[in-house]
Amino acid sequence: MPDRPALLTRLRPRGAVWLAAPAVAVLLLVLAYPLAIVVWRSFTDPALGIDNYVWFFQSAVNRTVLQRTFIVAGWVTLASLVCAYPYAYAMTIAGRNMRLALILCVLVPFWLSGVVRTLAWVILLQDSGVINSMLRGLGLSPVKLIRTLPGVVIGMTQVLLPFMILPIYSVMKGIDTRLLQAARSLGAKPWRAFLQIYVPLSLPGVYAGVIIVFILSLGFYITPALLGGPRSTMLSSLVQNQVLSLLNWGRGGAMGVVLLVATFVLLAMAAPLMRQKHSAARREA
Amino acid sequence: MPSFPRVLLGLFCLLVAVLLLAPTLVVIPMSFNGNKSLAFPPDGFSWQWYENFLTNPDWTTSFTNSLFIALIVAVVATAVGTLAAFGVTRAAARTGGLLRALLITPMVVPGVVLAIGIYAVYLDTHLVGTVTGFVLAHTMLAIPFVLIAVQASLEVFDRRLETAAGSLGANRLTVFRTVTLPLILPGVLSGALFAFITSFDEIIVALFITSPYLKTLPVQIYTSITRDADPTVAAVGTLLFFATSLIIIAGLLFGMRRGRT
Repeated sequence: MPDRPALLTRLRPRGAVWLAAPAVAVLLLVLAYPLAIVVWRSFTDPALGIDNYVWFFQSAVNRTVLQRTFIVAGWVTLASLVCAYPYAYAMTIAGRNMRLALILCVLVPFWLSGVVRTLAWVILLQDSGVINSMLRGLGLSPVKLIRTLPGVVIGMTQVLLPFMILPIYSVMKGIDTRLLQAARSLGAKPWRAFLQIYVPLSLPGVYAGVIIVFILSLGFYITPALLGGPRSTMLSSLVQNQVLSLLNWGRGGAMGVVLLVATFVLLAMAAPLMRQKHSAARREA
Repeated sequence: MPSFPRVLLGLFCLLVAVLLLAPTLVVIPMSFNGNKSLAFPPDGFSWQWYENFLTNPDWTTSFTNSLFIALIVAVVATAVGTLAAFGVTRAAARTGGLLRALLITPMVVPGVVLAIGIYAVYLDTHLVGTVTGFVLAHTMLAIPFVLIAVQASLEVFDRRLETAAGSLGANRLTVFRTVTLPLILPGVLSGALFAFITSFDEIIVALFITSPYLKTLPVQIYTSITRDADPTVAAVGTLLFFATSLIIIAGLLFGMRRGRT
């Protein structure tokens, strides 16, 4: 007969799964079932068939908005990456106090409520706002930012930047800088050592950040709704409009399903890259 | 003397830091605005927006609603999420991985798609504008954050301690209460904090399932922003900002003290 501890370890794995049952139940009830209803209505409301999808892809307005949603997500991802990569690198080479200050700057934005943060961007971007006052002060002509696409991109970048900085930093932190010294000692110029040794090693963090920021951007709703105008509508606003204003659940649902499918296709494509990140992390440990 | 690239990097980081902090830096002065306008810099000084937040029933009711809902969500999501974290960590590797992927999906599903689905279900089941409706939806959104926080503590937890306590005659509940829970407590507490904040700050689903009788604070903020230029929003933002800072600093100090003993 096995002794008691051995018995416990042998028995637990199978029983352990059931500990997740309440969480799975909540998810089935408030996530899976509602999403199933959205998919169902997109095919059945008002009549059975794919009419809602045909309508979605035939309408020029919808196609423009769909395209714009991806373009905005792309710009936000690019802007975040350009800001985040040098910033995360600086975090790894800074002294203890400087690093603490840099980390604090990444975390402090989270302490301000999300909706309030969007109001702050209205204050900053409006025609009489902070940015335009500064431009005028410098003797430059003011630019229209509120209710424009660049305004939306700026606001979204600020909100999503921490999601790019943190994964990149967590990978960069584990890179052995002696590899750079080795490259230098073998005669590589500093820039070449950085591009050929450091950048490839930091890529898993970049992939993770890019995927997270791009996917979150696709589904953004509040920031574009408050900072954008009619010419910068994104897919989420169209979904909301179909359902709440036009009470057209079928068309709204079809748009939602398109957004959902795009999100999961991107996630599935990114899964291999993410796994690479995991194995890299394991090698470090 | 620092080299040229280093100076350039420093300047660039300064710009990024300004971008990150800009919203906080304008909201705090705006909350003391003397006029009802959002023009920057604010004109004059007054406490009137704080006074409005504390006395206007629209603001006080939505604040207490949010507090009430977020507290229930923090308790429920932490309980359910902690159990799930045990399930994920202790199940066979493959099942655990699948389960984890399933349980963190609320983080990636686009907010509006989720919101119309929940709205459809709630219309049929009369849950629109109810505390139960808010608690259910927010618990689902908060589970991933609890799961991630608790799982991080469980991964560094030495399971032999449980075996040792068990071999000394403690039953499983006693082992959990006296050995496991105290050791993973930091993870559970930070999970509870994340759950609270997720609910307290949630806006997209709330906009759909709200009713004139039950509004949460983010919904009130959103309506206020879309209706007129009211610096009360800035006052609320500033108050919440300092409250969050205090809680996090207290948590850090608590963590440091625990770390030393």
